[in-house]
Amino acid sequence: MSTETIEKQEVQKKPAEPILSKRRKKFVLDPLSDDNPITIQVLGICSALAVTTQLKPTLTMAISVTFVMVFSNLAISLMRKLIPNRVRIIVQLAVIATLVTLVSEFLKAYQYDMYKELSVFVGLIITNCIVMGRLEAFALANKPWDSILDALGNGAGYSWIILTVAFFRELFGSGSLFGWKVFEAIGFPNFPTNGLMVTSVGAFFILGLIVWVQRIKTGYVER
Amino acid sequence: MQRSNTYVIVFSAILTIVLGGLLSLANQGLKPMQQRSVELDNKKKILGSVTDLTGKKGKEILQLYDETIESYVVDIEGNKVEKDEKGNPIVAENVNIAKMSKLPPEKRLYPVFCYHSPGNEDDIQAYILPMYGKGLWGAIFGYIALETDMNTIKGISLDHESETPGLGARITSKEVQNRYIGKKIFDDAGTLVSVTMLKGERHPASQLDDHHIDGMSGATLTGNGVNAMIMDYLGYYLKFIEKNRGAANKTASL
Repeated sequence: MSTETIEKQEVQKKPAEPILSKRRKKFVLDPLSDDNPITIQVLGICSALAVTTQLKPTLTMAISVTFVMVFSNLAISLMRKLIPNRVRIIVQLAVIATLVTLVSEFLKAYQYDMYKELSVFVGLIITNCIVMGRLEAFALANKPWDSILDALGNGAGYSWIILTVAFFRELFGSGSLFGWKVFEAIGFPNFPTNGLMVTSVGAFFILGLIVWVQRIKTGYVER
Repeated sequence: MQRSNTYVIVFSAILTIVLGGLLSLANQGLKPMQQRSVELDNKKKILGSVTDLTGKKGKEILQLYDETIESYVVDIEGNKVEKDEKGNPIVAENVNIAKMSKLPPEKRLYPVFCYHSPGNEDDIQAYILPMYGKGLWGAIFGYIALETDMNTIKGISLDHESETPGLGARITSKEVQNRYIGKKIFDDAGTLVSVTMLKGERHPASQLDDHHIDGMSGATLTGNGVNAMIMDYLGYYLKFIEKNRGAANKTASL
Protein backbone atom coordinates (compact mmCIF):
# COMPACT_ATOMS: atom_id res chain seq x y z
CA MET A 1 0.00 0.00 0.00
CA SER A 2 2.54 2.48 1.15
CA THR A 3 4.78 1.92 -1.83
CA GLU A 4 1.89 2.55 -4.17
CA THR A 5 1.11 5.96 -2.73
CA ILE A 6 4.75 6.96 -3.02
CA GLU A 7 4.71 5.97 -6.65
CA LYS A 8 1.57 7.99 -7.28
CA GLN A 9 3.08 11.04 -5.69
CA GLU A 10 6.09 10.69 -7.93
CA VAL A 11 3.86 10.73 -10.95
CA GLN A 12 2.16 13.88 -9.76
CA LYS A 13 5.49 15.55 -9.05
CA LYS A 14 6.45 15.41 -12.68
CA PRO A 15 7.88 18.93 -13.13
CA ALA A 16 5.48 21.47 -14.62
CA GLU A 17 6.45 22.83 -17.99
CA PRO A 18 8.58 25.96 -17.55
CA ILE A 19 6.77 29.20 -18.30
CA LEU A 20 8.95 29.69 -21.34
CA SER A 21 9.84 26.20 -22.45
CA LYS A 22 11.35 25.49 -25.83
CA ARG A 23 7.95 24.56 -27.19
CA ARG A 24 6.42 27.78 -25.93
CA LYS A 25 9.24 29.97 -27.18
CA LYS A 26 8.34 28.71 -30.62
CA PHE A 27 4.86 30.27 -30.27
CA VAL A 28 6.43 33.66 -29.80
CA LEU A 29 9.39 33.43 -32.15
CA ASP A 30 7.87 31.66 -35.15
CA PRO A 31 5.46 34.44 -36.14
CA LEU A 32 8.29 36.97 -36.10
CA SER A 33 9.81 35.57 -39.25
CA ASP A 34 9.23 31.97 -40.36
CA ASP A 35 5.48 32.13 -39.92
CA ASN A 36 4.88 35.87 -40.08
CA PRO A 37 1.18 36.74 -40.36
CA ILE A 38 1.77 39.46 -42.96
CA THR A 39 4.68 38.33 -45.11
CA ILE A 40 4.14 34.55 -45.04
CA GLN A 41 0.45 34.06 -44.29
CA VAL A 42 -0.43 37.30 -46.12
CA LEU A 43 -3.12 38.30 -43.63
CA GLY A 44 -3.95 41.78 -42.34
CA ILE A 45 -2.68 43.47 -45.48
CA CYS A 46 -5.41 46.12 -45.58
CA SER A 47 -4.40 47.80 -42.34
CA ALA A 48 -0.73 47.40 -43.23
CA LEU A 49 -1.44 49.59 -46.25
CA ALA A 50 -3.87 52.02 -44.74
CA VAL A 51 -2.37 53.25 -41.48
CA THR A 52 1.32 53.17 -42.30
CA THR A 53 1.83 56.65 -43.75
CA GLN A 54 3.30 57.78 -40.44
CA LEU A 55 4.92 56.06 -37.50
CA LYS A 56 2.76 57.47 -34.72
CA PRO A 57 -0.63 56.14 -35.84
CA THR A 58 1.10 52.93 -36.89
CA LEU A 59 2.45 52.44 -33.37
CA THR A 60 -0.99 53.05 -31.90
CA MET A 61 -2.44 50.55 -34.35
CA ALA A 62 0.23 47.96 -33.53
CA ILE A 63 -0.41 48.28 -29.80
CA SER A 64 -4.19 48.16 -30.31
CA VAL A 65 -4.07 45.05 -32.49
CA THR A 66 -1.71 43.27 -30.11
CA PHE A 67 -3.95 44.18 -27.17
CA VAL A 68 -7.06 42.89 -28.93
CA MET A 69 -5.27 39.73 -29.97
CA VAL A 70 -3.90 38.89 -26.53
CA PHE A 71 -7.20 39.38 -24.75
CA SER A 72 -9.40 37.75 -27.37
CA ASN A 73 -7.05 34.77 -27.53
CA LEU A 74 -7.15 34.55 -23.74
CA ALA A 75 -10.92 34.85 -23.56
CA ILE A 76 -11.58 32.30 -26.27
CA SER A 77 -9.02 29.91 -24.86
CA LEU A 78 -10.64 30.11 -21.42
CA MET A 79 -14.04 29.41 -22.94
CA ARG A 80 -12.83 26.85 -25.48
CA LYS A 81 -14.57 23.91 -23.81
CA LEU A 82 -17.82 25.84 -23.40
CA ILE A 83 -18.21 27.38 -26.83
CA PRO A 84 -20.74 25.46 -28.93
CA ASN A 85 -19.13 24.55 -32.21
CA ARG A 86 -22.05 25.78 -34.30
CA VAL A 87 -21.83 29.39 -33.10
CA ARG A 88 -18.09 29.66 -32.53
CA ILE A 89 -17.48 32.21 -35.29
CA ILE A 90 -20.15 34.52 -33.88
CA VAL A 91 -18.73 34.13 -30.38
CA GLN A 92 -15.27 35.00 -31.65
CA LEU A 93 -16.63 38.03 -33.46
CA ALA A 94 -18.51 39.21 -30.39
CA VAL A 95 -15.42 38.98 -28.22
CA ILE A 96 -13.24 40.76 -30.77
CA ALA A 97 -15.82 43.46 -31.42
CA THR A 98 -16.16 44.14 -27.70
CA LEU A 99 -12.41 44.51 -27.25
CA VAL A 100 -12.10 46.72 -30.31
CA THR A 101 -14.88 48.97 -29.08
CA LEU A 102 -13.11 49.23 -25.73
CA VAL A 103 -9.88 50.28 -27.46
CA SER A 104 -11.81 52.81 -29.51
CA GLU A 105 -13.51 54.28 -26.42
CA PHE A 106 -10.22 54.58 -24.56
CA LEU A 107 -8.57 56.27 -27.51
CA LYS A 108 -11.47 58.70 -27.74
CA ALA A 109 -11.10 59.59 -24.08
CA TYR A 110 -7.34 59.85 -23.77
CA GLN A 111 -5.88 60.17 -27.28
CA TYR A 112 -8.50 62.15 -29.15
CA ASP A 113 -6.21 63.27 -31.96
CA MET A 114 -5.12 59.71 -32.55
CA TYR A 115 -8.75 58.61 -32.43
CA LYS A 116 -9.63 61.06 -35.17
CA GLU A 117 -6.65 60.11 -37.29
CA LEU A 118 -7.19 56.37 -37.11
CA SER A 119 -10.97 56.79 -37.30
CA VAL A 120 -12.38 53.79 -39.14
CA PHE A 121 -9.22 51.73 -38.96
CA VAL A 122 -9.60 51.03 -35.25
CA GLY A 123 -13.05 49.64 -35.96
CA LEU A 124 -11.61 47.63 -38.80
CA ILE A 125 -9.42 45.65 -36.38
CA ILE A 126 -12.55 43.54 -36.07
CA THR A 127 -12.10 42.37 -39.62
CA ASN A 128 -8.34 41.99 -39.33
CA CYS A 129 -7.89 38.41 -40.47
CA ILE A 130 -4.93 37.87 -38.18
CA VAL A 131 -7.02 38.22 -35.03
CA MET A 132 -9.74 35.83 -36.04
CA GLY A 133 -7.25 33.52 -37.72
CA ARG A 134 -5.39 33.04 -34.44
CA LEU A 135 -8.62 32.40 -32.53
CA GLU A 136 -9.75 29.81 -35.02
CA ALA A 137 -6.38 28.16 -35.54
CA PHE A 138 -4.94 28.34 -32.05
CA ALA A 139 -6.98 29.60 -29.11
CA LEU A 140 -9.85 27.18 -29.69
CA ALA A 141 -7.54 24.21 -29.18
CA ASN A 142 -4.91 25.41 -26.72
CA LYS A 143 -4.47 26.40 -23.08
CA PRO A 144 -4.72 30.05 -21.99
CA TRP A 145 -1.02 30.71 -21.37
CA ASP A 146 -0.01 29.17 -24.69
CA SER A 147 -2.67 31.26 -26.39
CA ILE A 148 -1.38 34.47 -24.83
CA LEU A 149 2.13 33.67 -26.04
CA ASP A 150 0.80 32.89 -29.48
CA ALA A 151 -1.05 36.23 -29.58
CA LEU A 152 2.01 38.12 -28.38
CA GLY A 153 4.12 36.45 -31.04
CA ASN A 154 1.69 37.20 -33.83
CA GLY A 155 1.09 40.72 -32.54
CA ALA A 156 4.83 41.35 -32.56
CA GLY A 157 5.14 39.80 -36.02
CA TYR A 158 2.42 42.13 -37.30
CA SER A 159 3.82 45.14 -35.44
CA TRP A 160 7.39 44.97 -36.67
CA ILE A 161 6.31 44.64 -40.27
CA ILE A 162 3.89 47.60 -40.24
CA LEU A 163 6.37 49.70 -38.24
CA THR A 164 9.09 48.97 -40.80
CA VAL A 165 6.75 49.91 -43.63
CA ALA A 166 5.76 53.10 -41.79
CA PHE A 167 9.40 53.96 -41.11
CA PHE A 168 10.25 54.04 -44.80
CA ARG A 169 6.98 55.66 -45.84
CA GLU A 170 7.23 58.49 -43.36
CA LEU A 171 10.94 58.98 -44.02
CA PHE A 172 10.64 59.23 -47.79
CA GLY A 173 7.05 60.45 -48.01
CA SER A 174 7.10 63.22 -45.39
CA GLY A 175 10.82 63.47 -44.62
CA SER A 176 10.22 62.88 -40.94
CA LEU A 177 10.15 60.19 -38.26
CA PHE A 178 7.48 60.39 -35.56
CA GLY A 179 6.84 63.89 -36.90
CA TRP A 180 10.46 64.93 -36.32
CA LYS A 181 11.90 66.46 -39.48
CA VAL A 182 14.94 64.28 -40.14
CA PHE A 183 16.23 65.85 -43.29
CA GLU A 184 15.95 69.40 -41.94
CA ALA A 185 17.88 68.31 -38.89
CA ILE A 186 20.79 66.88 -40.87
CA GLY A 187 20.94 69.84 -43.21
CA PHE A 188 18.80 68.98 -46.23
CA PRO A 189 15.77 71.23 -45.77
CA ASN A 190 14.87 70.82 -49.45
CA PHE A 191 14.92 67.03 -49.54
CA PRO A 192 12.44 66.05 -52.27
CA THR A 193 9.74 63.94 -50.63
CA ASN A 194 8.19 61.17 -52.66
CA GLY A 195 4.44 61.55 -53.10
CA LEU A 196 4.14 57.87 -54.01
CA MET A 197 5.10 56.89 -50.47
CA VAL A 198 2.15 58.80 -49.04
CA THR A 199 -0.34 56.75 -51.04
CA SER A 200 -1.14 53.09 -50.43
CA VAL A 201 0.85 52.17 -53.51
CA GLY A 202 4.02 53.04 -51.67
CA ALA A 203 3.14 50.53 -48.98
CA PHE A 204 2.77 47.81 -51.59
CA PHE A 205 6.28 48.47 -52.87
CA ILE A 206 7.85 48.43 -49.43
CA LEU A 207 5.89 45.39 -48.33
CA GLY A 208 6.95 43.62 -51.52
CA LEU A 209 10.59 44.48 -50.87
CA ILE A 210 10.36 43.22 -47.28
CA VAL A 211 8.83 39.93 -48.47
CA TRP A 212 11.54 39.63 -51.10
CA VAL A 213 14.42 40.21 -48.70
CA GLN A 214 12.87 37.87 -46.16
CA ARG A 215 12.43 35.06 -48.64
CA ILE A 216 15.99 35.35 -49.87
CA LYS A 217 17.13 34.88 -46.27
CA THR A 218 14.77 32.09 -45.25
CA GLY A 219 14.53 30.36 -48.61
CA TYR A 220 10.76 30.12 -48.17
CA VAL A 221 8.86 29.12 -51.30
CA GLU A 222 5.12 29.11 -51.65
CA ARG A 223 3.73 25.74 -52.57
CA MET B 1 -19.38 17.62 -30.01
CA GLN B 2 -22.96 18.55 -30.85
CA ARG B 3 -24.71 20.59 -28.19
CA SER B 4 -28.42 21.06 -27.68
CA ASN B 5 -30.17 24.13 -29.02
CA THR B 6 -31.04 25.23 -25.49
CA TYR B 7 -27.36 25.23 -24.55
CA VAL B 8 -26.45 27.29 -27.59
CA ILE B 9 -29.17 29.85 -26.90
CA VAL B 10 -28.38 30.16 -23.20
CA PHE B 11 -24.67 30.43 -23.92
CA SER B 12 -25.23 33.18 -26.50
CA ALA B 13 -27.58 35.06 -24.20
CA ILE B 14 -25.12 35.04 -21.29
CA LEU B 15 -22.26 36.06 -23.53
CA THR B 16 -24.25 38.94 -24.97
CA ILE B 17 -25.25 40.20 -21.54
CA VAL B 18 -21.71 40.02 -20.17
CA LEU B 19 -20.15 41.74 -23.18
CA GLY B 20 -22.91 44.32 -23.41
CA GLY B 21 -22.58 45.13 -19.73
CA LEU B 22 -18.84 45.52 -20.11
CA LEU B 23 -19.29 47.95 -22.97
CA SER B 24 -21.89 50.13 -21.32
CA LEU B 25 -19.74 50.24 -18.19
CA ALA B 26 -16.77 51.46 -20.21
CA ASN B 27 -18.93 53.92 -22.08
CA GLN B 28 -20.37 55.44 -18.90
CA GLY B 29 -17.01 55.49 -17.14
CA LEU B 30 -15.19 57.21 -19.97
CA LYS B 31 -17.88 59.67 -20.96
CA PRO B 32 -16.72 62.71 -18.94
CA MET B 33 -13.18 62.27 -20.23
CA GLN B 34 -14.44 61.94 -23.79
CA GLN B 35 -16.56 65.07 -23.51
CA ARG B 36 -13.54 66.97 -22.26
CA SER B 37 -11.53 65.70 -25.21
CA VAL B 38 -14.20 66.82 -27.66
CA GLU B 39 -14.48 70.24 -26.01
CA LEU B 40 -10.71 70.71 -26.07
CA ASP B 41 -10.57 69.63 -29.68
CA ASN B 42 -13.26 72.13 -30.60
CA LYS B 43 -11.55 75.01 -28.82
CA LYS B 44 -8.26 74.00 -30.35
CA LYS B 45 -9.80 74.33 -33.80
CA ILE B 46 -11.31 77.73 -33.04
CA LEU B 47 -8.04 79.11 -31.72
CA GLY B 48 -6.07 77.27 -34.39
CA SER B 49 -7.56 79.50 -37.06
CA VAL B 50 -5.95 82.60 -35.54
CA THR B 51 -2.84 81.45 -33.69
CA ASP B 52 -0.26 78.71 -33.76
CA LEU B 53 -0.89 76.24 -30.96
CA THR B 54 1.99 73.80 -31.55
CA GLY B 55 3.57 72.66 -28.32
CA LYS B 56 0.73 74.00 -26.16
CA LYS B 57 -0.85 71.60 -23.69
CA GLY B 58 -4.56 71.06 -23.13
CA LYS B 59 -4.79 73.21 -20.00
CA GLU B 60 -2.92 76.12 -21.57
CA ILE B 61 -5.22 76.03 -24.58
CA LEU B 62 -8.37 76.11 -22.43
CA GLN B 63 -6.95 79.02 -20.44
CA LEU B 64 -5.98 80.90 -23.58
CA TYR B 65 -9.47 80.30 -24.93
CA ASP B 66 -11.06 81.79 -21.81
CA GLU B 67 -8.81 84.84 -22.02
CA THR B 68 -9.11 85.63 -25.70
CA ILE B 69 -12.43 84.37 -27.03
CA GLU B 70 -15.81 85.97 -26.55
CA SER B 71 -18.66 84.26 -28.28
CA TYR B 72 -22.25 85.01 -29.22
CA VAL B 73 -24.85 83.80 -31.67
CA VAL B 74 -26.44 85.66 -34.59
CA ASP B 75 -29.28 84.84 -36.96
CA ILE B 76 -29.21 85.07 -40.74
CA GLU B 77 -29.96 88.80 -40.55
CA GLY B 78 -26.84 89.33 -38.47
CA ASN B 79 -28.77 90.20 -35.30
CA LYS B 80 -27.67 88.83 -31.97
CA VAL B 81 -29.80 86.00 -30.56
CA GLU B 82 -29.52 85.53 -26.84
CA LYS B 83 -32.32 83.16 -25.98
CA ASP B 84 -33.88 80.24 -27.73
CA GLU B 85 -37.63 79.70 -28.22
CA LYS B 86 -38.00 78.38 -24.70
CA GLY B 87 -36.18 81.32 -23.20
CA ASN B 88 -33.02 79.45 -22.31
CA PRO B 89 -29.74 81.28 -22.92
CA ILE B 90 -27.84 80.05 -25.96
CA VAL B 91 -24.16 79.24 -25.62
CA ALA B 92 -22.27 79.59 -28.89
CA GLU B 93 -19.92 76.73 -28.03
CA ASN B 94 -22.89 74.37 -27.71
CA VAL B 95 -24.44 75.16 -31.07
CA ASN B 96 -24.05 72.06 -33.20
CA ILE B 97 -23.19 73.23 -36.71
CA ALA B 98 -23.69 69.78 -38.20
CA LYS B 99 -27.25 69.60 -36.83
CA MET B 100 -27.91 73.23 -37.80
CA SER B 101 -26.96 72.50 -41.40
CA LYS B 102 -30.04 70.31 -41.71
CA LEU B 103 -32.38 73.25 -41.02
CA PRO B 104 -33.23 75.82 -43.69
CA PRO B 105 -30.59 78.62 -43.60
CA GLU B 106 -32.95 81.28 -42.23
CA LYS B 107 -33.83 79.17 -39.20
CA ARG B 108 -30.27 78.32 -38.19
CA LEU B 109 -28.20 79.85 -35.45
CA TYR B 110 -24.80 81.18 -36.41
CA PRO B 111 -22.15 81.30 -33.69
CA VAL B 112 -19.51 84.01 -33.82
CA PHE B 113 -16.26 83.79 -31.90
CA CYS B 114 -14.52 87.11 -31.35
CA TYR B 115 -10.78 86.89 -30.85
CA HIS B 116 -9.53 89.75 -28.71
CA SER B 117 -6.30 90.61 -26.91
CA PRO B 118 -6.09 88.78 -23.57
CA GLY B 119 -8.49 90.23 -21.05
CA ASN B 120 -9.59 93.19 -23.20
CA GLU B 121 -12.92 92.41 -24.87
CA ASP B 122 -13.09 95.68 -26.81
CA ASP B 123 -9.84 95.15 -28.65
CA ILE B 124 -11.20 92.68 -31.18
CA GLN B 125 -8.60 91.31 -33.57
CA ALA B 126 -10.59 88.79 -35.56
CA TYR B 127 -14.02 87.27 -36.06
CA ILE B 128 -14.00 83.47 -36.23
CA LEU B 129 -16.90 81.83 -38.06
CA PRO B 130 -17.67 78.12 -38.16
CA MET B 131 -18.30 76.26 -41.42
CA TYR B 132 -19.67 72.87 -42.36
CA GLY B 133 -19.88 71.13 -45.71
CA LYS B 134 -19.38 68.03 -47.76
CA GLY B 135 -16.03 66.69 -48.88
CA LEU B 136 -15.52 63.74 -51.15
CA TRP B 137 -16.32 60.94 -48.69
CA GLY B 138 -17.93 62.64 -45.74
CA ALA B 139 -18.40 65.85 -43.85
CA ILE B 140 -15.78 68.57 -43.76
CA PHE B 141 -15.80 71.41 -41.27
CA GLY B 142 -13.71 74.19 -39.92
CA TYR B 143 -13.39 77.79 -38.86
CA ILE B 144 -12.52 80.83 -40.91
CA ALA B 145 -11.07 83.89 -39.18
CA LEU B 146 -11.63 87.33 -40.71
CA GLU B 147 -9.63 90.43 -39.82
CA THR B 148 -11.61 93.39 -38.45
CA ASP B 149 -11.93 94.84 -41.98
CA MET B 150 -14.21 91.80 -42.55
CA ASN B 151 -12.44 91.20 -45.84
CA THR B 152 -8.98 89.80 -45.23
CA ILE B 153 -8.63 86.21 -44.07
CA LYS B 154 -6.54 85.99 -40.93
CA GLY B 155 -6.46 82.23 -40.91
CA ILE B 156 -8.44 79.07 -41.39
CA SER B 157 -8.63 75.70 -39.71
CA LEU B 158 -10.11 72.74 -41.52
CA ASP B 159 -10.94 69.22 -40.49
CA HIS B 160 -12.75 66.28 -42.02
CA GLU B 161 -14.50 63.06 -41.26
CA SER B 162 -13.09 60.63 -43.80
CA GLU B 163 -11.16 62.27 -46.62
CA THR B 164 -8.42 60.18 -48.22
CA PRO B 165 -5.26 60.23 -46.09
CA GLY B 166 -2.43 61.94 -47.92
CA LEU B 167 -4.75 63.50 -50.49
CA GLY B 168 -7.94 65.21 -49.35
CA ALA B 169 -6.96 64.82 -45.71
CA ARG B 170 -4.20 67.34 -46.39
CA ILE B 171 -6.72 70.10 -45.69
CA THR B 172 -5.82 69.57 -42.02
CA SER B 173 -2.17 70.44 -42.64
CA LYS B 174 -0.88 73.92 -41.80
CA GLU B 175 0.87 73.97 -45.16
CA VAL B 176 -2.45 73.98 -47.01
CA GLN B 177 -4.31 76.15 -44.51
CA ASN B 178 -1.61 78.85 -44.58
CA ARG B 179 -2.36 79.40 -48.27
CA TYR B 180 -5.54 81.22 -47.22
CA ILE B 181 -3.84 83.79 -45.02
CA GLY B 182 -4.07 87.34 -46.36
CA LYS B 183 -6.55 86.50 -49.13
CA LYS B 184 -9.66 88.69 -49.62
CA ILE B 185 -13.28 87.59 -49.75
CA PHE B 186 -14.75 90.70 -51.43
CA ASP B 187 -13.74 92.08 -54.82
CA ASP B 188 -13.10 95.78 -55.46
CA ALA B 189 -16.78 96.41 -56.21
CA GLY B 190 -17.73 94.97 -52.81
CA THR B 191 -19.28 91.74 -54.08
CA LEU B 192 -18.69 88.54 -52.19
CA VAL B 193 -16.45 86.32 -54.31
CA SER B 194 -14.86 84.18 -51.58
CA VAL B 195 -11.55 82.40 -52.07
CA THR B 196 -11.30 79.50 -54.49
CA MET B 197 -8.87 76.63 -54.37
CA LEU B 198 -7.70 75.82 -57.88
CA LYS B 199 -7.51 72.37 -59.46
CA GLY B 200 -4.00 70.96 -59.33
CA GLU B 201 -0.92 72.07 -57.48
CA ARG B 202 2.13 74.29 -57.99
CA HIS B 203 0.39 76.99 -60.00
CA PRO B 204 2.60 79.90 -61.08
CA ALA B 205 2.25 82.87 -58.77
CA SER B 206 0.62 84.87 -61.59
CA GLN B 207 -2.51 82.73 -61.35
CA LEU B 208 -2.84 83.18 -57.62
CA ASP B 209 -4.45 86.51 -56.93
CA ASP B 210 -6.37 87.74 -53.89
CA HIS B 211 -9.19 85.28 -54.51
CA HIS B 212 -7.41 82.15 -55.68
CA ILE B 213 -5.08 79.76 -53.91
CA ASP B 214 -3.05 76.76 -54.98
CA GLY B 215 -4.96 73.45 -54.94
CA MET B 216 -4.14 69.99 -53.75
CA SER B 217 -2.93 67.54 -56.37
CA GLY B 218 -5.12 64.44 -56.42
CA ALA B 219 -7.79 65.97 -54.22
CA THR B 220 -9.76 68.23 -56.52
CA LEU B 221 -13.11 66.97 -55.23
CA THR B 222 -12.18 67.69 -51.62
CA GLY B 223 -10.98 71.09 -52.78
CA ASN B 224 -14.33 71.73 -54.49
CA GLY B 225 -16.07 70.81 -51.25
CA VAL B 226 -13.96 73.27 -49.31
CA ASN B 227 -14.66 75.99 -51.88
CA ALA B 228 -18.41 75.40 -51.70
CA MET B 229 -18.35 75.31 -47.90
CA ILE B 230 -16.51 78.62 -47.57
CA MET B 231 -18.72 80.30 -50.16
CA ASP B 232 -21.91 78.98 -48.51
CA TYR B 233 -21.04 80.05 -45.00
CA LEU B 234 -19.69 83.45 -45.97
CA GLY B 235 -23.06 83.84 -47.70
CA TYR B 236 -24.96 82.88 -44.57
CA TYR B 237 -22.93 85.31 -42.49
CA LEU B 238 -23.06 88.01 -45.19
CA LYS B 239 -25.48 90.29 -43.30
CA PHE B 240 -23.41 90.00 -40.15
CA ILE B 241 -20.20 90.63 -42.09
CA GLU B 242 -21.63 93.67 -43.87
CA LYS B 243 -22.89 95.16 -40.61
CA ASN B 244 -19.48 94.93 -39.03
CA ARG B 245 -17.80 95.97 -42.25
CA GLY B 246 -19.83 99.16 -42.30
CA ALA B 247 -18.87 99.85 -38.70
CA ALA B 248 -15.21 99.26 -39.46
CA ASN B 249 -15.29 101.55 -42.51
CA LYS B 250 -17.05 104.30 -40.57
CA THR B 251 -14.43 104.38 -37.84
CA ALA B 252 -11.78 104.36 -40.52
CA SER B 253 -13.26 107.34 -42.35
CA LEU B 254 -13.80 109.31 -39.15
